[in-house]
Amino acid sequence: MFDSIGNLLTPSEFSKICENTKCQITDHSAKIDVSGVHYRDLNETLQNLVKAKIKRISLNNVHGQRYIGTSLKGKIEITIDGTAGNDLGAFMDGPEIHVYGNAQDGCGNTVNSGEIAVHGSAGDITGYAMRGGRLFIKGSVGYRAGIHMKEYGENQPIMVIGETAGDFLGEYMAGGTIVLLGLNLEKDQSHRSLHVGTGMHGGRIYVHGKITGLGKEAIIQKLDEQDRLFLKPLLTDFCKYFGYDKDHITNLYCYKIIPNSERPYGRLYAY
Amino acid sequence: MNIWKLNNPHNDPKVIDACSLFGMMDLTGQRFNAKDPVRAIANMHERGNGLGGGFAVYGLYPDFEEYFALHIMYTELEAKKKIESQLEKWFDVIKSEEVPSREANVRDPPIIWRYFVYPKQDYTPQSQEDYIVKKVMKINTETGKAFVFSSGKNMAVFKGVGYPEDVADFFNLEEYYGYLWTCHGRFPTNTPGWWGGAHPFNILDWTVVHNGELSSYDANRRYLEMFGYNCTMQTDTEVLAYAYDLLMRKQRLPVEITAKILAPNLWNEIEEMNENERKLHTTLRQTYGGLLMNGPFSIVVARHGQMIGMTDRIKLRPLIGGMKGNRLYLSSEESAIRLIAPNLDKCWMPRGGGAIVGRLGSTEIKKIIAPEAVIC
Amino acid sequence: MLKNYIYPEFFVERDLNKCIRCKVCLRQCTYETHKYDAEEDILLSDHEKCVNCQRCVVFCPTRALIIRRNPVEYRKNSNWTQDTIIDLKKQAETGGIVLTGMGSSKPNLTYFDRLLLNASQVTNPSIDPLREPMELMTFLGSKPEKICLKEEIDGINLQTRLTPQLRLETPIMFSAISYGAVSFNVHKSLAQAASESGTFFNTGEGGLDKRLYRYGKNTIVQVASGRFGVHKDYLNIAAAVEIKIGQGAKPGIGGHLPGEKVTEDISETRMIPVGTDALSPAPQHDIYSIEDLSQLIYALKEATNYEKPISVKIAAVHNVAAIASGIVRAGADIVAIDGVRGATGAAPKVIRDNVGIPIELAIASVDQRLRDEGIRNRASIVAAGGIKSSADVVKIIALGADAVYIATAALVAMGCTVCQKCHTGKCPWGIATMDPYIAKRINPDIGAERLTNLLKGWSLEIKEMMGGMGINAIESLRGNRLALRGVALNSHELKTLGIRLAGN
Repeated sequence: MFDSIGNLLTPSEFSKICENTKCQITDHSAKIDVSGVHYRDLNETLQNLVKAKIKRISLNNVHGQRYIGTSLKGKIEITIDGTAGNDLGAFMDGPEIHVYGNAQDGCGNTVNSGEIAVHGSAGDITGYAMRGGRLFIKGSVGYRAGIHMKEYGENQPIMVIGETAGDFLGEYMAGGTIVLLGLNLEKDQSHRSLHVGTGMHGGRIYVHGKITGLGKEAIIQKLDEQDRLFLKPLLTDFCKYFGYDKDHITNLYCYKIIPNSERPYGRLYAY
Repeated sequence: MNIWKLNNPHNDPKVIDACSLFGMMDLTGQRFNAKDPVRAIANMHERGNGLGGGFAVYGLYPDFEEYFALHIMYTELEAKKKIESQLEKWFDVIKSEEVPSREANVRDPPIIWRYFVYPKQDYTPQSQEDYIVKKVMKINTETGKAFVFSSGKNMAVFKGVGYPEDVADFFNLEEYYGYLWTCHGRFPTNTPGWWGGAHPFNILDWTVVHNGELSSYDANRRYLEMFGYNCTMQTDTEVLAYAYDLLMRKQRLPVEITAKILAPNLWNEIEEMNENERKLHTTLRQTYGGLLMNGPFSIVVARHGQMIGMTDRIKLRPLIGGMKGNRLYLSSEESAIRLIAPNLDKCWMPRGGGAIVGRLGSTEIKKIIAPEAVIC
Repeated sequence: MLKNYIYPEFFVERDLNKCIRCKVCLRQCTYETHKYDAEEDILLSDHEKCVNCQRCVVFCPTRALIIRRNPVEYRKNSNWTQDTIIDLKKQAETGGIVLTGMGSSKPNLTYFDRLLLNASQVTNPSIDPLREPMELMTFLGSKPEKICLKEEIDGINLQTRLTPQLRLETPIMFSAISYGAVSFNVHKSLAQAASESGTFFNTGEGGLDKRLYRYGKNTIVQVASGRFGVHKDYLNIAAAVEIKIGQGAKPGIGGHLPGEKVTEDISETRMIPVGTDALSPAPQHDIYSIEDLSQLIYALKEATNYEKPISVKIAAVHNVAAIASGIVRAGADIVAIDGVRGATGAAPKVIRDNVGIPIELAIASVDQRLRDEGIRNRASIVAAGGIKSSADVVKIIALGADAVYIATAALVAMGCTVCQKCHTGKCPWGIATMDPYIAKRINPDIGAERLTNLLKGWSLEIKEMMGGMGINAIESLRGNRLALRGVALNSHELKTLGIRLAGN
């Protein structure tokens, strides 16, 4: 079992893999119990596994280890069982991460590319400055989610949130897309988020459910055909991940929030 | 060595620190030991830098529950002699002993003793407490070599310079049982840390553990000094402890009102309220502007029978609440709760400026005025 | 008449190539400085008359005019300065008191420029005022030490009723400028701007013209020693009443409005005959001791049915802390303190420049004294006296003030260039004059717009500075001395201000 990966790694790298963790490695996948493992050892182990051409890694008993996925590049699939620590997938470039549990603060921080699906909720500043990649959250997110998301050319970040969000959703948004589905709202109940889209100067937020606290720089508009075409595959993937009924979700009434100006503060300064 | 110099060697106007918090309470009053709280706070090791850790434990001295348990740190024996003679003058000292400890990975422990005392004269309970507060302020400001770091009945603070798990080790915490534990890991930025400067901060049975920095510190400190509180440790947390003492104990304001004084609603939110509420909130802000806590903060405040978690108005610091059976948990990070209670009945993130209050005898968790923003 | 030994202070330089002989300068100048010689088709200027008000310079369409300091100067002497020598000669010529206008221009009286503000770095985040809430709302009035609640069916309700408060959307108000010292149009501009900006203007000691009663909700009326225009309506339409004990420009002495400025309108408002001098006595003649002040405060409270906050305005003098404490204990809801840089329409120059103390030191010591005595909550403190920028506002609030009064800054916003000739009544900007022809030059709507812009610009700047410090509510700035550090200050100054030296 170990022979196949043995020749891709140095002896110390090789021993490091299962030194601190209880590992099971088969073909191109690995299963590791990370109770009591410090995040540095955990992330170094992940790097070594990737070097050894492992493509699928499953982490059990995750209890708040940070920066999982940060140092990895390329197409790797990581499954997390437990509570992912702060800055999950921060700055990451390529991996696909599934969390069965909740994520904490900073999930998807400045992601370049890759995919994260959280079968639970995430904390504050989820998707901060995302510049690409996709983030799917089944539950809710905390404050300042999607703050300063950006886009350029083909780099189009996406964040889909199943339930609701805290204040300052999409603050300073410069590009990219946020989808807020409000699936936990009762009939006639609104999202309690305030200052949504404050300082927005690019990008778009698609919302299902009433928002009463819109930021000054944002306005509400109906969806057009282009929006619908764009939204459909995102919602389809959301349903695929979290087991919702595609027909129900794709037919929810949504509207969009966009900036009311590209230069909201142009007239603010004198002389 | 003078305590103020020790605590703040560069004479900075304020000691700045950042940290991890944890609180755990059994709402039926059943006592439990240190294992879970210590595991939880140790899980948030990254948030501290080893220069401070501490715990507050409620219900640990059932045989002495009628007496005020004064825990005092001394930097030299001379000070101990002096203070002890004063204690004899002010109080009936039922028992005095060194706080048991063992060798552990902590830095330069001071001399730490505890005294179970009772005020010598006849006072009403409220004035007994004022008497204790007065004497505590006196001891803390007099010699510069003694610091009362815990002064409540049937509760104690254990704190020092080291990671919280090492501080727990030092004080043999595994031998104590309490129904409410709060924990703290410290990351001070401008001092090498002195034992007295670690959290929790305490006055009577109030303890506060705090993550963040109060940008309104000097405005708050100067307001409190008008009411006789001396902020000797020059940290924001001290100011929070005294604010709770002033509002909830002396002025007998309920916890809901106290939360709205420390983290008031924004004016544009107040405009939207109905007439009675608007009047109340406006008057609170007008009267208690000096206690508005500005800047990022998460705190866990405790007293006998109550554990309160709060965040600042625009939620710059994290705080998670969780419930499992009769146990209420508060933490900076969810993973710490899940480590000791993997399957929670309820889990939530409070709104900015909101408070989560757990009360002995009730499993209904009060979520103040603005209920939870999101449920996880 | 003795011969005038003083040469002209200023010199009008005209670029004859640019001058298009439009004669705007001639029409705009109220001092008759410019004359047109039709034969030579040239405009000539009598330098003697020029006061450097810059009116002609601003209005000349081709920018042909420059006003310079007259190059003829006395020999440089640090003691016998040009200013000193000129004043001596004026006195020798007339035997009178040398008058002047506006505030002291002497150096070394300003501490603001030696105070520096903090900003958040790392340990505490800055807050962005453009995108996140930033609260400047301020309430002036007496606050209780604690509140009382009562349990009712619908929950916990408030039992305490606060004494009357003034609500300000921004902590800046327009200070007292009397009707008579300035024209009606100026008063109207101030009233309108205060109303639009959610703040207040102060009538000054000259009373309130009936036409401005509609702005009563944003008016603080003054009861000064001359009691001009003080009657029931005056008191009742106002939002607050201010007892004027003194002002920073001329502490301890009375006021004098020359007969030339007492027109029909002034006569009606001040209730004195047209053409007589309007004299304000030095003391209020029913206040010879602190208990008298208390009596007057309560008299006014009775007269206004306890519905309005009563303010007491004093000049900042040597024992200002003790005086302020007395005023608070006498029952005032607001204490307004005017520092040595305060301005006026007319004052003896020697008093303006030598009597009184800087407002920064006054506020610091008053705020500390009231806290030491445990009575800081009983009155709000308003600071005045040469506050010239939004940074000054932030600094003085950090020292302990609740709000500020601005006057010079407001007049500058409307056109004033601080030429210090208000006492002549010929202000060509239409501000410090009662001449109806010149006063027309202030259009109240435009004046109000300039003032509103000033308040708006300053408020935005204050929010930026607060946000930079990680504060989003003004309550957290009030008395927060740690927000300040000093430079070029000795240890006594630092101690009095209650701040540390920068770097500490």
